[in-house]
Amino acid sequence: MRQSLLIVLAAALPLVACAPSTESDDDKAFTGRYQALESGATLLKGATVLTGTGERIENGDVLIADGKIVAVGESLADGDAEVVDANGKWVTPGIIDVHSHLGVYPSPGTASHSDGNEATAPVTAEVWAEHSVWPHDPGFVTALAGGVTALQILPGSANLMGGRGVTVKNVPGRSVMDMKFPGAPHGFKMACGENPKRVYGGRNQAPSTRMGNVAGYRTAWIEAADYRDKLAAAAEGDDEAPLRDLKLETLAGVLDGKILVHNHCYRGDEMAVMLEIAKEFGYKVAAFHHAVEAYKIADLLAEHDACAAMWADWWGFKMEAYDGIRENAALVERAGACAIIHSDSAIGIQRLNQETAKVIGAAARAGIDVPPEVAIRWITKNAAKSLGIDGVTGTLEQGKMADVVLWNGDPFSVYTRAERVYIDGALVYDRNAPGANPVTDFSLGTAAGGVR
Amino acid sequence: MKRGPTTPIAMAMATPILMLLAGPSSFADTTAIVGATVHTVGPLGSVDDATIVITDGRIAAVGAGISVPDGADVIDAAGKVVTPGLFTPRGSLGLEEVGLSAGPLDAVQRGEQFSASFDIADAFNPRSTLIAVNRIEGVTRALVTPEAAAADETGAASSVISGLAAVVNLSGGRSSLDRRGAALVVNLGEYGVPQGGTSRAAALLQLRNALNEAGDYRQHGAAFELGQHRDYALSLTDLEALQNVLTGEVPLLANVDRASDIAAFASLVASYGIRGIVAGGAEAWMHAGELVAAGIPVILAPAANLPTNFDRLNARSDSAALLTAAGVRVMFADGQGHTHNARNITQSAGNAVVAGMTWNDALRAITLTPAEVYGVADRVGSIEVGKEADIVIWPGDPMELVNYPEQVLIRGIAIEMTSRQTLLRDRYKNLDEDKPPAFRR
Repeated sequence: MRQSLLIVLAAALPLVACAPSTESDDDKAFTGRYQALESGATLLKGATVLTGTGERIENGDVLIADGKIVAVGESLADGDAEVVDANGKWVTPGIIDVHSHLGVYPSPGTASHSDGNEATAPVTAEVWAEHSVWPHDPGFVTALAGGVTALQILPGSANLMGGRGVTVKNVPGRSVMDMKFPGAPHGFKMACGENPKRVYGGRNQAPSTRMGNVAGYRTAWIEAADYRDKLAAAAEGDDEAPLRDLKLETLAGVLDGKILVHNHCYRGDEMAVMLEIAKEFGYKVAAFHHAVEAYKIADLLAEHDACAAMWADWWGFKMEAYDGIRENAALVERAGACAIIHSDSAIGIQRLNQETAKVIGAAARAGIDVPPEVAIRWITKNAAKSLGIDGVTGTLEQGKMADVVLWNGDPFSVYTRAERVYIDGALVYDRNAPGANPVTDFSLGTAAGGVR
Repeated sequence: MKRGPTTPIAMAMATPILMLLAGPSSFADTTAIVGATVHTVGPLGSVDDATIVITDGRIAAVGAGISVPDGADVIDAAGKVVTPGLFTPRGSLGLEEVGLSAGPLDAVQRGEQFSASFDIADAFNPRSTLIAVNRIEGVTRALVTPEAAAADETGAASSVISGLAAVVNLSGGRSSLDRRGAALVVNLGEYGVPQGGTSRAAALLQLRNALNEAGDYRQHGAAFELGQHRDYALSLTDLEALQNVLTGEVPLLANVDRASDIAAFASLVASYGIRGIVAGGAEAWMHAGELVAAGIPVILAPAANLPTNFDRLNARSDSAALLTAAGVRVMFADGQGHTHNARNITQSAGNAVVAGMTWNDALRAITLTPAEVYGVADRVGSIEVGKEADIVIWPGDPMELVNYPEQVLIRGIAIEMTSRQTLLRDRYKNLDEDKPPAFRR
C-alpha cells in the first residue's frame, strides 16, 4: 500500500515531480515505515460535512474503506460499512498543524528533553528534527483528541537555518520512523528576526543584526548553489563528485524543490526581504510561520504563492509580535493568499478549531464574513498544501487518505469536541471509548493518564 | 451617558448596538440598557428582557419590568447578552509592554531576599497599550501581580515572596488603582526552588520563617523599636507588610502545582489561621478536601493539561469541574500567558464548561469570584444595585469564541471600542489604495 501512496503523491506534487530524476543518497535514508492501523469500512451518515475544498454539505455522508475516502455526498449506500449516525454532528478532514515541536520539545520540558534547537551555529542545515523526536511525548495523544491527524515537527528558531522538519501521521509509534508521513517531503526551517540575532549576537558572534541575518542566508545559498553545480558536473561525468555534505545536501534539496521552506518570520517587511532572497537563489517559500504581520503584505504573499501560517491571537510577547491582530488570517484569506492557523504549542495544537473560531468572530466584527467551509481550510487543506501533502490528504475527496474527524457539533463552537478521529480509515481516537485510546509511555500510571 | 472620545474609526465600526446619546457632556448621567438577557451573577440570576439603570457610574436598578428614567441615555440591547465585566485574577497588565528583549518589564524584582513590602501598584501604568486591547474584549478588572523569575546574569534571584498585588480597573485613567495589597504573592514547589535555594522545602521554610518573624514582631514590636529584642532577618518594612497577612486581611497567593506542595500550603494556611489562594494548581484536584477546609480558592488554566514538568504529572482539563463539585472556588487565567491575552479567559471558561463545570459557575469564575477573593465584591463582580457598572454587551454567549463584545462599560462609562490592534486592522484592511498605509489613520 505504501508504494502506491508514493506514486499518488509524486503525481500530485509538482515540487516533487520537477526534482531531478536520479535518486540521491539523501532519498534512501530514513524513509520511514509507517503502516496504517487496521480498519474496516465506515459510513459517517447525516452530518454537516466541511469537505476542505470549500464546500459544505448539509445532511452529508462520508464513506471510507481500505483507508481511503470512497465517497462524499448525500444518501450514500452503506454496503457492509459500519454506519455511524452523525446526525447533528459535523465531519471535517483531519486537522493538520504545520508548526509543532512535539517530540523535540516534549513534556516534561526538562533540560534533558531540550532537543529542538541545535543552537551551536547559525546555519545547521545538516540536522533533522526527526532525529530528536521522542514518540512518547504525551502531547501527541492530547493533540489527537483535538482532531490532529498529521503535523510537521520543526527544529526551533534559534538558527538562521535550523535544519529539516518532518511530517508525521499522529499515530504514536515506537520511533519516529513508525510515524513518518509516507512520501511527504521534508520541510526546511529558516528563521528571521529576533531569535537568531539574539542567540548569536548575545555571544558576540554573527548574526547580531537583521542585516547580519540576511548575509547569513545568502552566504549559505551561495555555498549550496556551488555544491549543486559540482554534483551536476559529476553527474555529467565532467568532474569528481564532492564529498557528501549533509548541510549542503539539504540546501541543495531546497534549491531543487525537493525540500519545502518553512520560514519563521513575524514582520511583514522581513517577509518581503525573504521573498527577494528566494527570488535571488531560485527557491520557493512554502510558508511563512508566525506570520504575525502577514496582513500587511497579504497581496505579496498571494503574488508569490507563499502561505502564511499564523496564530489566532498571540501578540506582544516580543517586539516582532507587537503588531499582531486577531483578523490576520481573515485578511490573508481575503487577499487571495493561503492562510493557515498553526500552534507552535502543545496546548494550542489541541484546539486549532477554537483558534480558528476566534478569527472567524474577529473577522465578522470587522465586517468580513468567513463561512465555516472556508475557515476549515486554514487547518486542513492549506496546511496540507504547504507541507506538500495536499495530493493525498487535507480534504474529503475520493481516493484521498481517510484522515477524518467526526465532531459532536459545530467545530467552531467552544463546546464542541472531536468525537472520533480516523487516520487512514482507522479509528485512532474515540471520545466515548476512552479505554481504547492511546496513552503514551510517560503518562502510564499517572492519575490523569487517560483523561487529560 | 459619559463616553470616551469618539473617533471617526469608532463611528465607522458600524456597531449593531443602537445608542441614543443625550450628549457627550450630559450631567444627567443616567444610562439604561434595555432588552438584553442579563446574567447578573447576583441574587437575581439571569433575567430575560431586562433593564439595567446606571446612575453616576453605579447600578441603580436591574431586573425585568423596570421603567427607564426620563432623560436617560438608552442602549437598545434587544437580543443581546449582558454580563458583568470580566475580572482576570492574575497577570502583568500595566506592568509590561513587550516581555522579551524590549520591556518595560516591571513585574519582577530581583536582588532582595524578602519582598513582602514590594508593592506592584507603584509600577502600574494605566495607559499601557495592553489595557485597551483587553478591555474592548470585556476585561474590566484585573489583579496585577509581581512575578518571580530565575536569577539574572549577575546571579541576583527574586524572592520566595514576590510582593503585593493590586486590583486595577481597565478604564485607562488616573483612578485605575482600585486596591493596593489585595494579595501577597509567594512561590512554592517548582516555582519556589530557584527562589528558595535548592529544595522546595527551603522555599516553604523561608515562608514559615517570615510569618514567624512577623508574628514575633507583632508581639514584641515595641521592645524591638527600643533595641530590647532580637534582630530579624526580614526588614522592618517587610515585617510591617506581613501584619495584614497574619490578620487574614491580605491572602497569600501561592504559585504552586504539585499535590504535596498544595497540601503543605493548605496546612500552613490553616495552622496560621490566614487566607490563601492557589495559582496554577495543576494537581489541586487531588487535595480538594483540604482546600475546602482551609477556604482556599484556585486559579486554573483549564487548557494546561500536560505534564510539562514533574509538578504537573497529574494535570487534567477537568480540574475546574472536579474542584467546583468539591466546593472549591475556582478562577481562570488564560492558558497561554496571563497578560497580553488576558482577554482569553472566556475561552478558559468555555473549555471548563465542556469539561463538566456548569455555565453559571464558569461565568462566576471570571467575574464575581475574583472580586470576592480580592476583597472588592462590594464594588464589582456582579450586576447588582449599588455596584460600579462594569458591563459587557455581547452578541451571544460570551464563552463562544466567535462572539466579541459590542460595547463595554467600565464604571458606567461606555468605553471607546478601539485599540491599537483595531487601528492596525483598519489601516491594512485594504491594500490597494493609492497612498501607502502610513497616510491612513
